[in-house]
Amino acid sequence: MRNRQFRGGKLGKNELIALKRLIGYILKNYKLAFIAVVIGIMVSAFATLCTTLFMKSLIDDYIMPLTEAAVPDYAPLAKALISLSCVLVVGIICSYGYNRIMVSVSQGTMKRLRIQLFTHMETLPISYFDTNAHGDIMSVYTNDVDTLRQLISQSLPQLINSCITLVSTFIGMITLDIPLTLVSLIMVTVMIFTTSKLSGLSAKYFVEQQRDLGKVNSYIEEMMEGQKVVKVFCHEEKSLAEFKELNESLRKSAESANKIANITMPVNANLGNISYVLCAGIGALLALGGNDILTIGTLVAFLNLNKSFTQPITQISHQINSVVMAAAGAERVFNMMDVKKEEDSGYIELKDKGNCERVWKNTKTDTETPIKGEIVFNNVDFGYTERRTILHEINLHARPGQKIALVGSTGAGKTTITNLINRFYDIQSGEILYDGEDIRKIKKPDLRQTLGTVLQDTHLFTGTVMENIRYGRLDATDDECISAAKLANAHSFIKRLPEGYNTVLSGSDSGLSQGQQQLLSIARAAVANPPVLILDEATSSIDTRTERLVQQGMDSLMHGRTSFVIAHRLSTVRNADLIIVLEHGRIIEQGNHDELIGKKGRYYQLYTGNAIGQ
Amino acid sequence: MLKTLYKQIGQYKKVSVLTPVFTALEVLTEILIPFVTAAIIDYGIEADNIKNVYFYGGIMIILAFFSLIFGVTAGRLASTAATGFAANLREGMYANIQNFSFSNIDKYSTAGLVTRMTTDVTNIQMAYQMSMRIAVRAPLMLICSMAMSFIINARLSLVFLVVLIFLGIVLFSIMYSAMPIFTRVFSKYDDLNSAVQENVSGIRVVKSFVREDHEGQKFGKAAETLCRLFIKAESLRAFNNPVMMFTIYGCIIALSWLGAHYIVVGTLTTGNLTSLFTYVMSMMMSLMMLSMIFVMMSMSLASGRRIAQVLEEKSDLAEPVTGETLLKDGSIDFEHVSFAYDKGSGENVLKDINLHINSGETIGIIGGTGCGKSSLVNLISRLYDVTEGKVCVGGKDVRYYNSETLRSQIAVVLQRNVLFSGTILDNLRWGNENATEEECIEACKQAQADDFINRMPDKYNTYIEQGGRNVSGGQKQRLCIARALLKHPKILILDDSTSAVDTTTDAKIRETFASHIPNTTKLIISQRISSVQDADRILVMEDGMVNGFDTHENLLKNNEIYKEIYQAQMESGGDFDHSND
Repeated sequence: MRNRQFRGGKLGKNELIALKRLIGYILKNYKLAFIAVVIGIMVSAFATLCTTLFMKSLIDDYIMPLTEAAVPDYAPLAKALISLSCVLVVGIICSYGYNRIMVSVSQGTMKRLRIQLFTHMETLPISYFDTNAHGDIMSVYTNDVDTLRQLISQSLPQLINSCITLVSTFIGMITLDIPLTLVSLIMVTVMIFTTSKLSGLSAKYFVEQQRDLGKVNSYIEEMMEGQKVVKVFCHEEKSLAEFKELNESLRKSAESANKIANITMPVNANLGNISYVLCAGIGALLALGGNDILTIGTLVAFLNLNKSFTQPITQISHQINSVVMAAAGAERVFNMMDVKKEEDSGYIELKDKGNCERVWKNTKTDTETPIKGEIVFNNVDFGYTERRTILHEINLHARPGQKIALVGSTGAGKTTITNLINRFYDIQSGEILYDGEDIRKIKKPDLRQTLGTVLQDTHLFTGTVMENIRYGRLDATDDECISAAKLANAHSFIKRLPEGYNTVLSGSDSGLSQGQQQLLSIARAAVANPPVLILDEATSSIDTRTERLVQQGMDSLMHGRTSFVIAHRLSTVRNADLIIVLEHGRIIEQGNHDELIGKKGRYYQLYTGNAIGQ
Repeated sequence: MLKTLYKQIGQYKKVSVLTPVFTALEVLTEILIPFVTAAIIDYGIEADNIKNVYFYGGIMIILAFFSLIFGVTAGRLASTAATGFAANLREGMYANIQNFSFSNIDKYSTAGLVTRMTTDVTNIQMAYQMSMRIAVRAPLMLICSMAMSFIINARLSLVFLVVLIFLGIVLFSIMYSAMPIFTRVFSKYDDLNSAVQENVSGIRVVKSFVREDHEGQKFGKAAETLCRLFIKAESLRAFNNPVMMFTIYGCIIALSWLGAHYIVVGTLTTGNLTSLFTYVMSMMMSLMMLSMIFVMMSMSLASGRRIAQVLEEKSDLAEPVTGETLLKDGSIDFEHVSFAYDKGSGENVLKDINLHINSGETIGIIGGTGCGKSSLVNLISRLYDVTEGKVCVGGKDVRYYNSETLRSQIAVVLQRNVLFSGTILDNLRWGNENATEEECIEACKQAQADDFINRMPDKYNTYIEQGGRNVSGGQKQRLCIARALLKHPKILILDDSTSAVDTTTDAKIRETFASHIPNTTKLIISQRISSVQDADRILVMEDGMVNGFDTHENLLKNNEIYKEIYQAQMESGGDFDHSND
């Protein structure tokens, strides 16, 4: 289950740090509100305490004298009740106040956290997304942030409340009677001890349950994905039998874990009852038989306090688990926030001079050079990790307007080369020059704006077709978007959509075919009007007609721009100005089609299809 | 829905009944405890009788002991019942999914089914466990406390009744007005998460177009809306606590005032008064629990509905009572076949198809995406049922065969194919459980997979990871073909199954088909002309209809579509880089 371990009842050192940081995070923005909440909780706890203490004086100071008096005078009782009511009303107002403030605090913190997390994520380098499973990243937003929400909005106020109740009850008890307080304390220690023993035991089974759940989960995932294959091979019974086995062991571990968790409540409650009896017995010893160490009223009040003393302990033990989970969640949230941003120390900017004319502006020397779209690789070495070099000594020269085809087998390094041009990754040695300047000197956003990309996975965003095209340049007019769509051969199919350009696409399931998505992504790149293009031709089987449309769209997009094409089609390769043949991260041949054919080398073999199995 | 779920309790019915019984017993003993507390005060402390204190103290400890036993028993039974019920639900769904036809499967996404069998079941398990105990405890507690206080003093207890009704109405109206906002909150929340998902998977696009700020602003707005809605809903709920406090305090003040009067008159003892206080508290507690259960139940309702949907789904392919178990030969006939995925409203993807394919023939099928190629072959092994007309295999309507017979003698290599985690041999034996290693190797040789398997570190024992992630697309396709060959089928259908295999290897596979399994009818769907041009006949499909069905040479002469595809592919020369994997 995605490296999520259930540690059950124990806080690690890192989690404790994360928890502290989280509280600091809340306090930073809501210091006053938080203080108000604590005061509110204290006042309402005080009101509760007043009620309990009042019961003592109710019997001793009001009811007893009343029963003894010949003519009962209810005025003092009425007065006392009215003043109590006043305290209680304040308590109730405070209770609403802190509950309401807590809503704003928790939701406001959640909002800040989400936005900060998201905007930070957007600045992270591509390597972060390549090395972390997308499911794990998503789970930070869905699971982890959610556990924090529960912590802040529910557990935290309850914990504060329980602690304050605990302390105030304790003070109340001490003022009433010290020996009885000691008895209560001993029982509470027993309760804490048993609770921690039980939760330790159940944690063990919860770990097992979590592990079994993970197994069941991945088995279901795999089999559901392949359900059609299961059918075609009549494998249903066998797959059910295997599932039953996994399901049974999950049932067993879940049963054991829940059994122990379920008995915590009755055990605690009855330990509370025993504590009550003990206090009553010992209290009776002190109050009765002529030892007037204790008044009856005091004893009654004490017994009531004793009840509210054991309750918060049960509550705290309930909250512990969610605190532990939230701490683990907080750790993951902060871990993501601590990942270093993409570095950018560029100082050459893109400057728009109007009339579609853009220039490079060097902010250090204050000079301007026109954009041409010339890319040069000089002795470039690169590896995704320090240890393993993927690309070796890459040298190539793309002149403005040229079409460069990258060919080679999967894993030869074609995509890697394109990842270096737009600085998704930075090279280890050598240099890449864009119009004569090292690309590391160019500000990253400005560099990327001059590079249009059409990837194999098109990735449209939720929104209308028009919005998706406009993604290429946010200030493009409708007309500009439409003419880009025309250029990309996308106009005719868009016109046929129910709402035309206003058809809403939902990102994951757009209802468009693979080919149509490709056409849209070409239009999107066309709107941006970049001098340099990076294209990844689709390998998946699009039918011949759509493929031809895509091809034409790409061709018209490439016209007049320097283009790097990860080529899968012979026609693309054949028409390229420069063909780069890659193998195992090295350029083994480069030149145009005729030159390479003439060489009768690797390209010739690939082209004539005689290279199988070599 | 409830009936469907109820059936799944199965063997855990007994424990499911016993749990509330023990919970009830636990509650009853707990209810007695305040009585004993009152007795300790009245007959012990106030009567200055220490013996009575010990006597009633003893009773109370005995009661506590029983309550402990009952409580622990109830807790343990509840866990058995709830986890058992959950296991039954999972198994029930899983078993029913095994009976799904293809069109049933199409209705659900993998993620949807996984969520149903994990998260949804967990929700139900929690709700079930809770409801067995707390749904018994809370109302029982409420009624008993009520009854007890009526026994102590009926007139005083009327105060409670009034207050409780007031509280009930207020709590309900808070919930009622907050619920619709919460529903909106959750749908906004889903939107927010899907925005994150979109950005994570499309990060390359975001970065290429330098749209980080743009996305950040979009997200910020959505988060802001969510926050506002949440605050709106939650601040309604923030009334809960104060309202609860208000009623408790109101009760206490009323009790103190009226109680004092009754005590003075002599119709109430001080001990009784303390008991009444205790009962007020437990009434409030049970109300709080009830409202909690209410929330929990309404949340699990959605889960229950989703689970019931899977459990109630019936396969739409009817099995014949005494189905044919043998395919006479591999001949295939389509007679006036029309087919729509969505019966009733759906558009026909196949329209009036008439075909005769001889046993042992090799047929190529070509045509644009969505023209109905896959649909056509899926009807042969009855993965779907025809809407009109009939499909015959071996001279008999496919609906007369046992579905198992049909599927074991017709091998389909699906377009979206899957390997399972396990060794290569494990995967191959899906085709034939009892296949020897030699047979497996032979099948792999025919599918041109033997070479690359032998280059792998553990050869045929190489472990394939979930979804076949550690083999390339072309290797996966060849393994899938080998797996299908092990069935020794009478009809072999390849649905675009060599798209990631290079043309030369593709040709070799077809050669071995011709030489090794000449009597098997072979249907080959492809986008490539080269994959089908050697077939005995080629079926050209367009818009769900047969556009041409003839040999390569004749089609080139007479069929416009075929000619067009052929020229397009010859001119671009096809694929370039599938030569090694």
